[in-house]
Amino acid sequence: MRFFINGDQVEVPASVQTVGSLLEHFDIDNKVVIVEHNGNILSKDTQTEQKLEDGDRLELVHFVGGG
Amino acid sequence: MLKIGPYEFSSRLLLGTGKYPNFDVQKEAVDVSETEVLTFSVRRMNIFEPNQPNFLEKLEVENYTLLPNTAGAKTAEEAVRTAKLAKASGLCDMVKVEVIGDQKTLLPDPIETLKASEELLKEGFIVLPYTSDDVLLAKRLEEIGCHAIMPGASPIGSGQGIVNPLNLEFIIENANVPVIVDAGIGSPSDAATAMELGADGVLLNTAVSGAKDPVKMAKAMKLAIEGGRLGYKAGRIPKKRYATASSPTEGMSIG
Repeated sequence: MRFFINGDQVEVPASVQTVGSLLEHFDIDNKVVIVEHNGNILSKDTQTEQKLEDGDRLELVHFVGGG
Repeated sequence: MLKIGPYEFSSRLLLGTGKYPNFDVQKEAVDVSETEVLTFSVRRMNIFEPNQPNFLEKLEVENYTLLPNTAGAKTAEEAVRTAKLAKASGLCDMVKVEVIGDQKTLLPDPIETLKASEELLKEGFIVLPYTSDDVLLAKRLEEIGCHAIMPGASPIGSGQGIVNPLNLEFIIENANVPVIVDAGIGSPSDAATAMELGADGVLLNTAVSGAKDPVKMAKAMKLAIEGGRLGYKAGRIPKKRYATASSPTEGMSIG
């Protein structure tokens, strides 16, 4: 599978079929991560269930220090 | 109590979380400041370095009301998207609308700020726009339903303090929602002055995180804000051109 994550093309194993498995793949499933999938912001409660397809565009954002 | 939308705070200091020397100093500074509201930003995650420490992990987030900002946005559209991303975390529904119109001064774009605030109010956010010290813009932001108005004291991170106290006073006098002086505070006396002018609170970051000893400065800011507020409530004496003796002039044993 090939996705565009945060603007970069990223290859992941074919087993990565959902946002949940993508977050596990990158070892960020227990962190505060907000996901935008093809321009749609996913709610935290249901984001892991979102199915993914080859070529999907994803934004993975989190909170950083700021004022 | 400082009331913003549905929230009530005993502390009138809102603290930013940017640019501390490290997360331990940050945590200690946040603790001693006794703030109840933390600001922060939304950024892309580096998925290839998942173990990079994040400021959220050091703080007991559940003890604070979180105030994400839309820093980085140059248009209303970008600000709205950033706010929605933050809210999707399920951790917050307040937002500091920050739409920067000029990269050198980091002054807010008034028209985009108004547009973004309007849109976010429709979406049900508790909206706190960072604005210039323009008196009429502050009024317009209140009229559309913003829950607090956050005029800058001087440019972000400049530490110049309050460059136009008259405008801030006008904004405060006119407002029926809390006025939080945001940006430009450099020293405890700046924060105290803002509170003496009648501000409902102060939002600052660099003044603490960039101080030689951020923990001490966090404490100093807390005390300055409390002192300034008390002074405002007490009502200062009017300024006079010449002296008035504090000691009685009757019953002197000399002359």
